[in-house]
Amino acid sequence: MNMTGGFRDHLWRDLLLAYRRRGDLVKPLMFFLMVSTLVPLAIAPEPERLAKLAPGMIWIMALLATLLSIESLFSDDFRDGSLEQMLISPDLLVMPVLGKMTAHWLVIGVPLTLISPLIGLWFSLPMVALLPMILSLAVGTALLSFIGAVGAALTLPLRQGGVLLTLLVMPLYMPVLIFGSATIQSAVDGLIWFNPLLVLVALLAIAVALCPLATAAALRLAKNA
Amino acid sequence: MSAKNILKVEELVFERNHSPLFHPLSFSVDSGQALHVEGANGAGKTTLFQLLTGLLQPSQGTILFCDRSVEECKYEYFSDLLYIGHQSAVNAMFSARENLQWMSPANTSSKQIISALASVGLQNYTHTACHKLSAGQQRRVALARLLTSKANLWYLDEPFAALDKQGVDFVESCMHQHIEKGGSIVFSSHQDLAKMPTYKLRINRCGEVD
Repeated sequence: MNMTGGFRDHLWRDLLLAYRRRGDLVKPLMFFLMVSTLVPLAIAPEPERLAKLAPGMIWIMALLATLLSIESLFSDDFRDGSLEQMLISPDLLVMPVLGKMTAHWLVIGVPLTLISPLIGLWFSLPMVALLPMILSLAVGTALLSFIGAVGAALTLPLRQGGVLLTLLVMPLYMPVLIFGSATIQSAVDGLIWFNPLLVLVALLAIAVALCPLATAAALRLAKNA
Repeated sequence: MSAKNILKVEELVFERNHSPLFHPLSFSVDSGQALHVEGANGAGKTTLFQLLTGLLQPSQGTILFCDRSVEECKYEYFSDLLYIGHQSAVNAMFSARENLQWMSPANTSSKQIISALASVGLQNYTHTACHKLSAGQQRRVALARLLTSKANLWYLDEPFAALDKQGVDFVESCMHQHIEKGGSIVFSSHQDLAKMPTYKLRINRCGEVD
C-alpha cells in the first residue's frame, strides 16, 4: 500500500492548484490587511490603545481569514467528481486528506504568519511580542486549517453549508483563539509566553492525529447524504 | 462457463426515503463479458454504479468480487477497478495532460500519457487548461483513462454522453479490445452498441413493470 505517496501527491496538487488560482489566494491576505488598516481608522490611531487591542485583533483576523477559505477545501473535488475517485482509491483516504489540510495551511496560514510582523508594527505591538506572535500564528493557523477541514467535510453535501460550517467550527476555534492571543498578550505583559504556546502545540498534535480521521469519515458520509 | 464470476450481485436493494428505488437486482459478470445497464432516466443507473463502487451502501444484498464479499477484499477490488462516472473528475485548472497523469496509475510514463491523449484526438491540447476545452473534449480527457488504466473491471456510467460520433467509435473500440483481452465491463447507455456482444440488464423503477 502506498502510504506517503497519497500525502505528497495531494499536497503538491493543491499547492499547484493554489498557484494557478493566485487571485483567490490574495483574498484572505487582502482581508487581513484591510481590517488592519480599518481598525486604527475606526477606533483611534493612538499607539497605546492599538497596542492593547493588537493581540486579540490579530488573532480574530487570522481566524476569520481561515474560516473564509476553508469552505472551498473539498467543494471543487466534490463537484467535478475527483472526490469520488479519491474515495474509491485502494489506498487509505487519510493520507490524501492530510495532504490537502497541510496544503491549506501552507497556502493560507503561512502567508498570514509571514505578513503578521507588518500588522504588528502597524498596531504598535512591542518588539518583544513579535516572535511570540509569529510562532503562535504558525502553530495556530495549522490548527485552524485542521479543525476547519472537519467542518468543511461535514457540511460538504449541503448547498448552503457556510452558515452551518461557521456554527460548527466556531466553538472548536475558541481554544485556539484564547491560547493564541494569550501567547502574544503574555509577551506584551512580560510574562512567560511559552506556556500558552505549548498548549497550542499540544492541541496541534492532537489535531494532526484525529482531524484527518474525522475528515475522511465525514467525506465518506458526504457521498451517502 | 468459468469457475469464478468476476462480479456477482445478489438481491441488491437500495432504499431512498424508506422506499426501494428499483426491484431487487441480481446479475453476474464474467471475464470477457460486458453488461449493458439500461433504464429510464431516474431509474437508478447511476445509483447502481455508486453501490457497486461502494460510494453508497446498499440497504440489502451482497456484492461479490471473485466470489468474495467486496468488504473482505477491498484492496484487491479497488485496485482492479476503473470507474468513470457522470462527473469526469477533470479539474478545470489543470491541463489535459496533468489531468490524465493524475488519474492514471502512478507509474504511467509521460510518453504513454501523450499517446493516450493523441488517441482521443487531443494531441494539440495537451497543455491547454481544461476549462478552455469543450464538454466533449473534457469527457475525452477522462475517457483516455481507458488506455492508461490497468484495471480489469470497468464501470462506465454513460460513457457516450457528450461525445461525437468519432468519440463514440473510440470508446466502443476500447471496450471491445478490453473484452477481447478478458476484461469485464459494466456500462450504462441509452444506445445499443454496434460492434460487440453485450448482456443486458434492465433497471425498472419500483412499481414499474415492462
